[in-house]
Amino acid sequence: MGRRTPLFDLHTRLGARMVDFGGWDMPVHYGSQIEEHHAVRRHAGVFDVSHMCVVDLAGERARPFLERLVANDVGKLRTPGKALYSCLLNEAGGVLDDLIIYYLDERFFRVVVNAGTRDKDLAWIRAHAVPFGVEVTERTDLGMIAVQGPQARSLVEGLLPPDPAARAAVMALAPFNGRAIGGWFVARTGYTGEDGFEIVLPAVEAEPTWVALNERGVRSCGLGARDTLRLEAGMNLYGNDMGEGTNPLESGLAWTVAFEPAGRDFVGRAALEAIRARGSLARLVGLVLEDRGVLRGHQKVVVEGVGEGEITSGTFSPTLEKSIALARVPAGTGERVQVDIRGKLLAARVVKPPFVRHGKVLVS
Amino acid sequence: MSQIPADLRYAKSHEWVKPLADGTVEIGISDHAQAALGDLVFVEVPAVGRTLAAGEACAVVESVKAASDVYSPIAGTVTAANAELAGAPELINQDPYGGGWLIRVKPADPRAADALLSASDYEAVLQAEGA
Repeated sequence: MGRRTPLFDLHTRLGARMVDFGGWDMPVHYGSQIEEHHAVRRHAGVFDVSHMCVVDLAGERARPFLERLVANDVGKLRTPGKALYSCLLNEAGGVLDDLIIYYLDERFFRVVVNAGTRDKDLAWIRAHAVPFGVEVTERTDLGMIAVQGPQARSLVEGLLPPDPAARAAVMALAPFNGRAIGGWFVARTGYTGEDGFEIVLPAVEAEPTWVALNERGVRSCGLGARDTLRLEAGMNLYGNDMGEGTNPLESGLAWTVAFEPAGRDFVGRAALEAIRARGSLARLVGLVLEDRGVLRGHQKVVVEGVGEGEITSGTFSPTLEKSIALARVPAGTGERVQVDIRGKLLAARVVKPPFVRHGKVLVS
Repeated sequence: MSQIPADLRYAKSHEWVKPLADGTVEIGISDHAQAALGDLVFVEVPAVGRTLAAGEACAVVESVKAASDVYSPIAGTVTAANAELAGAPELINQDPYGGGWLIRVKPADPRAADALLSASDYEAVLQAEGA
């Protein structure tokens, strides 16, 4: 038996098909993954993301600690509530995890890391926090849900803790910002390519909140739909699209590595500078399959006259009704490639992700 | 609970076999199998005329989640493949024992289906798997 979130019993009652995900028993779907996917693109859906790990960092030197710890620059975080996406790197420039950092105040930052990397991340973060005297607290008392879709924010509004001024402020949050309200922390972030909130709340409030969302027409959605939505949105999945054996520059994440200011010595910086200087970097690109079939992770990508690459994530896109993928391909790859599916070479087109954003198809 | 029609034969690998009046058999995947796979989005069936060994991978069904092989429960020659599935793979989810059939096979041994699992045998297999 795996670890359970505060919503486990509710998932079971709702008829979810449960699967193991990084050691957790999680819902993959509640009947139809494709219908859940469409609900998020067209209306609103709610996901249990309580398996992700909330880590609070407290101390006078929390900011210099994060300047050292992560590849993106927390110097970009100047307004309380602002969020930053970053990679956590090892000294070789490999990706230990990707995470979101929320700036709450000068001596308090909140970090959300992946479920499957929880223990490794906590050990790494704690070890690096010691010289900065930063207190690292894993918050196991909290649940986390993501409410996503064009109607998501308006359907959440009436369920927010009853503080009129704070409610107004939550509804006025700009994308990639969050704030506390009552015992909740609400951020306008997500992993679907749609508008919405991610809500960190006391574990005991997770189930009644979910039920109230269902009553308002927000559909329960499993990790299956979460994966097809994030892939359409061109968002990387840790462990598939990047990991310890790959670096952010060759994972479509160069935009998250802040080489400026030049004096900021973050973990992995020297290794990334050497990789950048070497050149001929592989690229993470989007693929749209032109033939019939389904692209899957680890299928070989053949780039005529250039070399070979590999699909890192692939699926059937419910929105495009075609198969799409992210793939790591060699430098010099053009617009057309072939993918080896069970011994047959099928034609695919190289595109720039995202494939879908805010309900609109962005690739032809 | 998944449906297990009493008049069909089954394989442990979750295929069903239906003997037809013309001496061929129809093959598909069970209700349990389609539910476990989730929404199907692509199906690859063998060419008519292909010879299959018992237990040979003969078709691929792909859900949003993953690709899975389908194994022919009996040896024989493919006489037909369900052309509807190319445009509507969801037929397997909606009607696994009817419109979602995969292939028809002329068995090498006309009595081969008799050796397969009965509905109650297959139910026991599912129970043993904890389904």
